[in-house]
Amino acid sequence: MTPNGTPNSKDTLFIQSLRKGWLGKVFLILIGLAALWKLGVSLADNPVLFLQQVINGLQLGFVYALIALGYTMVYGIVRLINFAHGDVFMVGAFVGFYTIARFQFHTWPERLFPGLPQWLVLGVGTVTVVLISMAICALLAFTIERVAYKPLRNAPRISALITAIGVSFFLEYFGALQFVFTPNFVTFERPFSVQNWQINNLGIQALPSGQSPADNSIIISNIALIIVLASILLLLLLQFIVQGTRVGKAMRAVAYDKQTARLMGINVDGIISITFAIGAALAGAAGILYATAFPQVYFVMGIIPGLKAFVAAVLGGIGSIPGAVVGALIMGQAEVLSAAYISTPMRDAVAFSILVIVLLVRPTGIFGEPEREKA
Amino acid sequence: MQTDTMLTVQDLNVYYGAIHALKGISFELKKGEIVALIGANGAGKSTTLSTISGLIRPRQGSIIFEGKDITMAPSEQIVRLGIVQSPEGRRIFATLTVMENLEMGAYTRSNKAEIQDGLAEVFKRFPRLDERRKQLGGTLSGGEQQMLAIARAMMARPALLLLDEPSMGLSPILVEQIFDIIHDINEDGTSILLVEQNAQMALSISDRAYVLETGRIVMSGDAQEMLHDPSIVEAYLGGGH
Ligand SMILES: Nc1ncnc2c1ncn2[C@@H]1O[C@H](COP(=O)(O)OP(=O)(O)O)[C@@H](O)[C@H]1O
Ligand SMILES: [Mg+2]
Repeated sequence: MTPNGTPNSKDTLFIQSLRKGWLGKVFLILIGLAALWKLGVSLADNPVLFLQQVINGLQLGFVYALIALGYTMVYGIVRLINFAHGDVFMVGAFVGFYTIARFQFHTWPERLFPGLPQWLVLGVGTVTVVLISMAICALLAFTIERVAYKPLRNAPRISALITAIGVSFFLEYFGALQFVFTPNFVTFERPFSVQNWQINNLGIQALPSGQSPADNSIIISNIALIIVLASILLLLLLQFIVQGTRVGKAMRAVAYDKQTARLMGINVDGIISITFAIGAALAGAAGILYATAFPQVYFVMGIIPGLKAFVAAVLGGIGSIPGAVVGALIMGQAEVLSAAYISTPMRDAVAFSILVIVLLVRPTGIFGEPEREKA
Repeated sequence: MQTDTMLTVQDLNVYYGAIHALKGISFELKKGEIVALIGANGAGKSTTLSTISGLIRPRQGSIIFEGKDITMAPSEQIVRLGIVQSPEGRRIFATLTVMENLEMGAYTRSNKAEIQDGLAEVFKRFPRLDERRKQLGGTLSGGEQQMLAIARAMMARPALLLLDEPSMGLSPILVEQIFDIIHDINEDGTSILLVEQNAQMALSISDRAYVLETGRIVMSGDAQEMLHDPSIVEAYLGGGH
């Protein structure tokens, strides 16, 4: 391939346009227009259904965003696609399962201080459960990095990539052992019960469970609200860490130029470990949020959400933090809308078609910059 | 014997794979000196600085700084001990602001008030950087980047500053300016090991100099004498000056 499709005087106009990929681009634009048309028609047809899908997509998109950040941050700092990341998300969900179902951590404030109001007990308890999951995932990723990736830091990139796939299998099939997570589907106990509200032309009303909603209403659940709010909170926290703290600035410095970072006296290995840990903590939180929305956990549950979050990171521009969030929100919408308006199985096809299209048309993604040559 | 020797490099041998880049070099630097390390491209100047900074491990030899053997010390500790490098090609963190670059320079320091003092000092020396605090490092001009690279190193409050080709790619006026600043920094008490291809400029502000040729020190002496020695002028300073 010629760099940037520089025109070569010998080529005919047709060859040149082929080389620049115009045919493909025109084709993609046509597909895009058709999709927009279809969405526009659906919106006009039944705005309530459409809005409902957008809300569902938002909830999914934020979960993907939390996972995608781990991919993008780790890639940004060590240029590794950490394929075990989706499995860390799975572990996070299982930690949630054990802390809630086995150890009842979500009600600890009540046992310590009987008589506290229920909302406070569950609020504090749920936050505790999420924090435990985040901490355990961070520790897990820290260990994985030290044991599996760090020894390969100067090896060819493909070695680390293959190792990541190996770690992924290890986590899955170690998890599948009978005395670990079992090879079965396990029902996730929510720390709190579901509460739905319906919104229609009469305003907002609580919807008692078991009662079907009125026609033409949008349903919002406490789970969707919690997922969106918790994700936004975590994203703001991450933004603060990366932009505002000494460690965050060191993370960016290390991502840009490790050797010079060492000349500043930055402990590069330590910063890399912290990056893995932060990404994994976000995945752990995502695991619990996801399991709260789709309350079934099993040992390979991380594969598909992990891959989709990876696509989101690539779509946004791998290495870019805002890119991961934007890419994930787009992925959430694409998945839900294609399931609703094309067919349910299409949602995975659409998700991975996005990967192919991005790699063909703009491999650097929305926010990505062309790879800088490393000195 | 109690001397004021700050840095002693003894019989340093460094390899890149099969390439023998430093073939047993030895030199020293006394407290308060500017010592120039000059030589053609590929002579091993940057390798020497990288080895002192702990980025590369020597196969043989030792580096003693203020009585401590730092040959195998991690770079982090070397910075904490007071040896700080401004690398070849400036290596500014392009995605960080000028202010953040300076904060990274102060990474090993924790006393907030001292860091503030350091910042004030640096901004006094480089008013241009003060105006550009919030600008991304990558958007600075070459001269400004070189100033930032030196300022960033100064934020670590070095006892010994290692400068790798500070004149590289700069216009003669800027080179003059940068060398004035280097001279001032030394006057204010920082010892400097200055690596340069621009031997003329380097010698003019240095106390002593070593000439490096394909991994060996082939000559050393008083910088002013070398500057006026016709044979050296002929061989290393491009002659005819
Ligand atoms: N990373 C490296 N890998 C292999 N060889 C290197 C590397 N860096 C420098 N060299 C070689 O080591 C020798 C000294 O290089 P260097 O220290 O950069 O010289 P200088 O700074 O004096 O120009 C040169 O022959 C150079 O090609
Ligand atoms: Mg050099």
